[in-house]
Amino acid sequence: MSQKIASDSMHINIEQLQQELNVEQREFNELQQRHFKVRAKMALENEALRKSFRGASDFLMGKRKAVFPDESALSALRDRGEAIRQHSLANLPELLERLEKNLTANGIQVHWAETADEACTIIHDILTANNARTVVKGKSMVTEEIELNHFLEARGIECLESDMGEYLVQLAGETPSHIIMPAIHKNKAQIARLMHARAQTSDGSQVPYTEDVDELIGNARAILRDKFMRADAGISGVNMAVANTGTLCLVENEGNGRMTTTMPKLHIAVTGIEKVVEDFSHVPELLTLLTRSATGQKISTYFNMISGPKKAGELDGPEQVHLVLVDNGRSRIFSHPVLKPTLQCIRCGACMNHCPVYARVGGHAYGSTYPGPIGQVVTPQIAGLEKHGDMLSACSLNGACGEACPVRIPLPELIRELRAEAVSPQFTDAAAVSNATAVQEVMGRGAKRTLGESLIWRGWALTHRFAPLYRIMTTAMTRGRGLFRSKAAAALLSPWTDSRSTPQPARRSLHELAKARGVAGQYQNNTADKRGDNA
Amino acid sequence: MTEQNTTAAASRQSRVYPPKPEAVYLLGTCLVDSFYPEAGMDAIALLQHAGIEVIFPQSQSCCGQPAYNSGYDEQARAVARTQLQAFAADIPVVVMMGSCAGMVHKEYPKLFAGQPEEAAAIALAARSYEFSEFMVNVLQLEQQLAQAEDQSPLTVALHTSCSARRGMGVAAEHKALVENLPGVQVVEPERVAECCGFGGTFAVKQGDISAAMAADKASAIAATGCQRLVSGDCGCLMNIGGTLDKLQGEKQGPEIPVQHLASLLYTRLNGGDGSQISQKRSQQYNKKSGDKA
Repeated sequence: MSQKIASDSMHINIEQLQQELNVEQREFNELQQRHFKVRAKMALENEALRKSFRGASDFLMGKRKAVFPDESALSALRDRGEAIRQHSLANLPELLERLEKNLTANGIQVHWAETADEACTIIHDILTANNARTVVKGKSMVTEEIELNHFLEARGIECLESDMGEYLVQLAGETPSHIIMPAIHKNKAQIARLMHARAQTSDGSQVPYTEDVDELIGNARAILRDKFMRADAGISGVNMAVANTGTLCLVENEGNGRMTTTMPKLHIAVTGIEKVVEDFSHVPELLTLLTRSATGQKISTYFNMISGPKKAGELDGPEQVHLVLVDNGRSRIFSHPVLKPTLQCIRCGACMNHCPVYARVGGHAYGSTYPGPIGQVVTPQIAGLEKHGDMLSACSLNGACGEACPVRIPLPELIRELRAEAVSPQFTDAAAVSNATAVQEVMGRGAKRTLGESLIWRGWALTHRFAPLYRIMTTAMTRGRGLFRSKAAAALLSPWTDSRSTPQPARRSLHELAKARGVAGQYQNNTADKRGDNA
Repeated sequence: MTEQNTTAAASRQSRVYPPKPEAVYLLGTCLVDSFYPEAGMDAIALLQHAGIEVIFPQSQSCCGQPAYNSGYDEQARAVARTQLQAFAADIPVVVMMGSCAGMVHKEYPKLFAGQPEEAAAIALAARSYEFSEFMVNVLQLEQQLAQAEDQSPLTVALHTSCSARRGMGVAAEHKALVENLPGVQVVEPERVAECCGFGGTFAVKQGDISAAMAADKASAIAATGCQRLVSGDCGCLMNIGGTLDKLQGEKQGPEIPVQHLASLLYTRLNGGDGSQISQKRSQQYNKKSGDKA
């Protein structure tokens, strides 16, 4: 009797839970369609979320600091990282050709994709040519960028994410909120609910509810292990592609990357064209910068070097290995004199861990595959300023990201440059951008220019250019300082005054005080006077 | 492969500081001009006390940073051009705020690249110094603080702005000046190097995020139990001070007056009322200048 009641109540709980999760998922999808500011406001009001991100940021900043105890050694290593990445970019076309040649010699089939759609189509074609119906995926941000899962699932191919964080995010029907820790926005209790309501073991039964981390991971491992055994193909990302040796390097911590790339008969690696490095001697420095900057690890648990399919007589490994090199706007970034360092990125996520804005709003607020500072730089360039230009204002230009970047991408400078592109007087639409010239403009250049804002800045320039106008303005402010205490002023100065007292101008400006003090002269005149005195 | 070290501190290490000059310009900044003029006057007094002639060009206005950071380069250049003319003579320029110093020292050469004024912009950038940077590296003021007239105990929280810390790399100078003041105890808020949420137009365009950052910063500062908040950037002072003020008004926090570093130094060195801050001090100067007239 008691047994029956227990199982009934459990049954009701799961149904309720599933309904709740469906609602959450629907809300998530709706929110992703909204404006950046709406998402940011929602995130700020979500205390659990803020706690998750603040905790993660503090933890990861601490870990990074602990593995880089020597400031000057870190500085020297960052110099090397920057130099290696800049060297790759300076020789990008030639290195990519060399990479293709050496990969081909190793038996890896190379494909080039100019757009996201082309990349998805190539991958789909490879899968269908091999009758592959089920795919396991290692963690890969570029496949998130090209929205590969949607593409394949719409064509009847099952894609299962095998990185624990990605697996949870996929289970929830969400997108990653961090490039290294995709499910960092979820706490233990949320993950327990999710696994219980939506995960199914290989025999089709419900996963028991538990908040024990080891048990949760054990349950996911059992489910994934079974999928690895059965999958027709594995799809992974690439951290570094070595041109001289034709080697694909993959960094990971869970072993899922190794399983993805070795267990199925078919392995498809996908990468952005910027991930190439010339020589194997470049790998150790980039690897140590990557793992230390990302998670504070001296080295990741797994480091895979993939140099070809299974050879004759070998027992393990895939029969075919493919590499899909994705451009998707990278050539355009490459052509831009100021924005080119965008491509130096090694996707460690340190910029988001150190960003005070990211720490408050989290990754989903950005509404893009790549969140945080690097997301603010990459996303508008690959998907256009028209759609993603709004996130550029979510930066106080405090410079913490640039200071943390292991390859010294000047992120604040690039964000500022993109702001200038966004409000440039010349608008270019996406179609015009594809007409290749030496320097290609950022897609949607000028899309965020509004008449109101440009008039404000024109007026501002006028009053600050001409001393008499500036003096009239400051005189009006100082003489009218009493008005700043009024309710009308507070209302006018909202949102500043929503959480701050209204600033009140001084009684006299520094211009006036300095003049009264007799220090307002011209230097030239003074020296002339002095010379006169001396003579 | 060329190797270059681009950290602020490293590039500053390579910066050669001149011997004490006969005369300097003071670039007051627009925020100090209208809201914190006493900080400018205290800086003038400190420089004059060191035997330096101070020139405050009346044609100066704003460095152009608000427009520049918003991407309006043309408008920023128009305003910056006015400053190139105002500070044309070949003497050092002392800048009252870290962020404006960063604008002139680091961004002007980029803003004027390929423009007729490029050489003038590079020259101005090279002779522009953030206030504490000049006080420490040119005047060695931190070594002369032992004789300060006011040595009464005072607990100070020091907020070094992001542009002073990362842009100009002068966090050590800020610290040296405050820590060497007899009687002053410097307390460090949690997450001392994190942005206060000001960020110029960021505070308006992303008001909610900015307010959340300011609230965190204000509570970290309040938690130190400090008697005063000192900074070399008035944007941060207005942001954090305004938040502290509002919280105090709603009986949710202590009263913590805010002060520019120059005013702290001046009032401690020359006695006077250590609690004379912001508005009170500008009144004092108004009175003084009134007396003269």
